[in-house]
Amino acid sequence: MNERPESERIEVQAAEAPQDAPETEQVSTFRLVATLAVAGALAGLLIVMVNLHTKPIIDKYKAEQLRLAVYEVLPGVARYRTLYLVDGALSAELPEGSKESDFRQAYVGYDEAGQMTGVAVSRGESGFQDIVQVIFGFEPDTGILLGMKVLESKETPGLGDKIFKDRVFVDQFFARPQTPLAAIKAGSGKGKPGEIDAITGATISSKVVVSVINNGVAEWLPVLEKGIPEEAQ
Amino acid sequence: MSDQTLFSIFFSALVVNNFTLAMFLGLCPFMGVSARVETALRMGLANIFVLVLTSLSAWVLNTYILENAPYLRIISFIIVVASLVQIVEMVVKKIAPVLFRQLGIFLPLMTTNCAIFGLAIFQTNRGYDFMQGIVFAIGAGLGLTLALVLMASIRETSELSDIPAIAKGTGLTLIIAGSLSLAFMGFAGLL
Amino acid sequence: MRNTTPSQDFVRGIWKENPVLIQMLGLCPALAVTNTVKNALAMSAATFFVLCCSSVLISSFKHLIPKEVRISSYILVIATFVTLADMMLQAYAPVQHKELGAFIALIVVNCMILGRQEAFASRNKVSRSLLDAIGTGIGFTIALVMMGGFREILGIGTFFDIPLFGPNFEPWVVMVLPAGGFLTLGFIILGMGFHEQRKKARAAA
Repeated sequence: MNERPESERIEVQAAEAPQDAPETEQVSTFRLVATLAVAGALAGLLIVMVNLHTKPIIDKYKAEQLRLAVYEVLPGVARYRTLYLVDGALSAELPEGSKESDFRQAYVGYDEAGQMTGVAVSRGESGFQDIVQVIFGFEPDTGILLGMKVLESKETPGLGDKIFKDRVFVDQFFARPQTPLAAIKAGSGKGKPGEIDAITGATISSKVVVSVINNGVAEWLPVLEKGIPEEAQ
Repeated sequence: MSDQTLFSIFFSALVVNNFTLAMFLGLCPFMGVSARVETALRMGLANIFVLVLTSLSAWVLNTYILENAPYLRIISFIIVVASLVQIVEMVVKKIAPVLFRQLGIFLPLMTTNCAIFGLAIFQTNRGYDFMQGIVFAIGAGLGLTLALVLMASIRETSELSDIPAIAKGTGLTLIIAGSLSLAFMGFAGLL
Repeated sequence: MRNTTPSQDFVRGIWKENPVLIQMLGLCPALAVTNTVKNALAMSAATFFVLCCSSVLISSFKHLIPKEVRISSYILVIATFVTLADMMLQAYAPVQHKELGAFIALIVVNCMILGRQEAFASRNKVSRSLLDAIGTGIGFTIALVMMGGFREILGIGTFFDIPLFGPNFEPWVVMVLPAGGFLTLGFIILGMGFHEQRKKARAAA
């Protein structure tokens, strides 16, 4: 029996493909492949079964989180529609056979009376640490910001994470400031509309939130001006 | 597709969120092989090669096959990584047998190297497209190489100094790693 | 076949051959997700699940797996259980799942699990393999919670989200950053080395 020396020396060896078998042992290639095939089939079966059970739970949670976020950044909204950015314009329908996640989404909110209150979109940019993802709502006609929520952030605990933990900072975004916003040092404000006091010691994180919102509004305003598709009654 | 620019993805993986010192990927070679600068450099380069191939494969898998069966992601990724490492091992053995002997056990150990598998997972989670994935892989590989080379050169120098017995080995390596990580924090906010 | 008793198989992995602190396996998760105790526990639980299920399964089928494809089979089994753990965590603890992120999937390349299969589960009967897995899992948990506790207490001032100090506590933020992970583990290892040294000195005296 002529075993490869490497396989004895190294405990944690990379997958030894069945093709190696002819060099070494009497165990047939068929048996090797069959073992892996059976194992693979059983594994696949087990995973599919658990997935059937867990997927609805996961999807429900995700939808609920999105719903809560949209409601938070569009105060006073009673319901919302999801629109997709297809070929530079808003569309209520996805192109044939494509997936939701391939397209940017905008959420148009309506109040009790059926009037459009605002549009919410989500956007992410590089912050101090990793990506900061923010969802924010604004009025398309005036560019006034209605609210914002930090969805994902890995900013420095105790400093950068104040962008969602510090109520004073967050409340500024709900005070209907006029976009484009400007992050300024706390206390140095000249009273111009759209000024946001940055968090002392977390200037970069504060600036990222402002940048995400400004760039997001700039990106979506032209699209929204082209018109919002009518609702199918 | 992610909103990040190609440059920010590259630069982030290289220094700002260094793949090893900030994201903790690739620690096995970091702790083990990094005692000589030359070996560290070669290990890093081998890793870059495998990382780029992995990024390509992961992108292909994600785009064409895993759309309908996302739960098979982990299994298919690990199979791909294991196969790639096997192939690279055979190629290195043929082309550069000296390098093969120098890297020793660490080449096949790349299968369980968090960096390779981690790259595939991070790329998927962040939704990078083809070009973004490649740039990420190169940045990550260079970041890993950078960390390896830095660690190796520090350890080479520290061999000449008087270290208390309890600190020799892993304890010291970790403290050095911590200091390097701290130093790299200076890059934060560059982007 | 080993000549060890069941209780030896169990206790061994907890401290003397602790996978993280002595054998230096599974470092990626140990450093990455131990910034809080909650995350440390969640990661330990997921790894524990994968380790025990894999050990039991592989030990049960050890005679059916040809030697040439054993590593591939182990990886397949481990990857399956990691996928299951990932799905269940996402469904039943979505907040923790988001915090741990990619590192749940990275359990599959945790050298510790593969090492236990190769070194023990593939050569011993199911009951022993389970004991070995549980012991190793407990050792892993202890190591991670120790790191998580250290980092959370110093870095944020809480333990499992419970504030420990008054409002004037100035948290040592670096502890919950990557650098802190390296330093914490480094100091723990140094501490253990120091302890060993003193034990030897006392024994020699």
